Amino acid sequence: MSIRRTGATAQRVLGQLRNDRRTIALLLVVPSALMGLLAWIVSAEDFDQYGPPLLGIFPLIVMFLVTSVATLRERSSGTLERLLAMPISKADFVFGYAVAFGGFAIVQALLVSGLSFGLFGLDVRGSGWLLVLVAVIDALLGTAMGLFVSAFAATEFQAVQFMPAFILPQLLLCGIITPRDELPTPLQWLSDLLPMSYAVDATQQVMTSATATGEFWRSIAVVAGFMVLALSGGAATLRRRTA
Amino acid sequence: MATQTAAVTVENLRVVRGGQPVIPDLSVDVPRGQVVGLLGPSGSGKSTLIRAIVGVQIVAGGTVTVLGESAGAPSLRDCVGYVTQSPSVYSDLSVVANLRYFAKILGAPPGDVERVLYEVDLTEFADRRVMRLSGGQTSRVSLAVALLGKPELLVLDEPTVGLDPLLRRDLWVLFHRLAEQGITLLVSSHVMDEASRCDRLMLLRSGELLAFGTFEELLQQTGAPDIEHAFLRLVEGDAA
Repeated sequence: MSIRRTGATAQRVLGQLRNDRRTIALLLVVPSALMGLLAWIVSAEDFDQYGPPLLGIFPLIVMFLVTSVATLRERSSGTLERLLAMPISKADFVFGYAVAFGGFAIVQALLVSGLSFGLFGLDVRGSGWLLVLVAVIDALLGTAMGLFVSAFAATEFQAVQFMPAFILPQLLLCGIITPRDELPTPLQWLSDLLPMSYAVDATQQVMTSATATGEFWRSIAVVAGFMVLALSGGAATLRRRTA
Repeated sequence: MATQTAAVTVENLRVVRGGQPVIPDLSVDVPRGQVVGLLGPSGSGKSTLIRAIVGVQIVAGGTVTVLGESAGAPSLRDCVGYVTQSPSVYSDLSVVANLRYFAKILGAPPGDVERVLYEVDLTEFADRRVMRLSGGQTSRVSLAVALLGKPELLVLDEPTVGLDPLLRRDLWVLFHRLAEQGITLLVSSHVMDEASRCDRLMLLRSGELLAFGTFEELLQQTGAPDIEHAFLRLVEGDAA
């Protein structure tokens, strides 16, 4: 792995994003507007309950979609084949994407949290910064999973369909709709295996405890673990030789 | 390094795709410092052979040796320039942003980006986004990427498709200038009239090497007036 090549890849990905102003606007406006809409339609107490988990989930979904389509484009345009015939390691490629989109995710998370706390009146017991941290880790997880699943999609249509197939079951089982300990036992087990459950657990810790608990850090660690797993899986799906 | 050894040695190469042998059994030596044309109709296995030489093709058998190393070896990644048939560059970036990125990946010296821009005659379009270029300009951007750094072997899959005659002539002049510097070029084309511009020709059909030699040798051997007829006679002779 080389810092120069990872950095160059991150810079190139951000350059592509910078040239696509409409996507940037959508990435920043959509999660903010959704949080505003939520604040408007539910009571203040409900917003304090549903707002924080969604603060983490919106960036995850958005980054998942953006990354899976971007990587698929790289595969279908032949640029990936060309790059892999050059002296770049698979890790350089994957981390280049993770750094670029991760960096962008930080901006997105800061904006959405800033608006939620400042304008929409979100209130949590713990520190708002911990919530920003969760949002950033979630966005990175979305990026990592997007990289991974794009290997299994042959077209943009398929890639986009992975969102409902991959993300929506996690959304149902992560504890927002029904608390995880009230799920039927087999579904609890399933829920324990899904990364989003830990992302939501972490936000619930911030909502209920004034300080960062051990359980908070454990959940963050699990999400980070899933992220590393998905990134390694993503790197493993890059093949220098194809049929 | 011994210049008399071949740049590329293919021995009993076999490539199977979807259960069908695309290249049943092919052997050939590509000499160094020459422009070698790979000619054949569409679907003759040109791209597959090229991909095997670059080392991105899964092969079913045989060996491909490139510059003394097994094709696709990590040490070859900065000395083999590869241009795929469809231009593989980032269409949403400017020409110069594309070149700067690939230059960093290859560790090319500073000033290399300007050099290759000049060589493919795109200096005035440096800041234009690739998606706003014509097809011919786009394929030249893709070619420019392959010229970055210090390639010893350039493998170009149909680099002159869609270019006007003037530009095609300029590119062939560039190819020969590169060959004079000791670079080996393997250039595929389905346009037979480009044959006379190559030092040596490989005629490919259904994954089999019909003939390999200089332009004059092939004409002499077949007694044909041009390479198109030479090709036909070789195919018919093959069938008889």
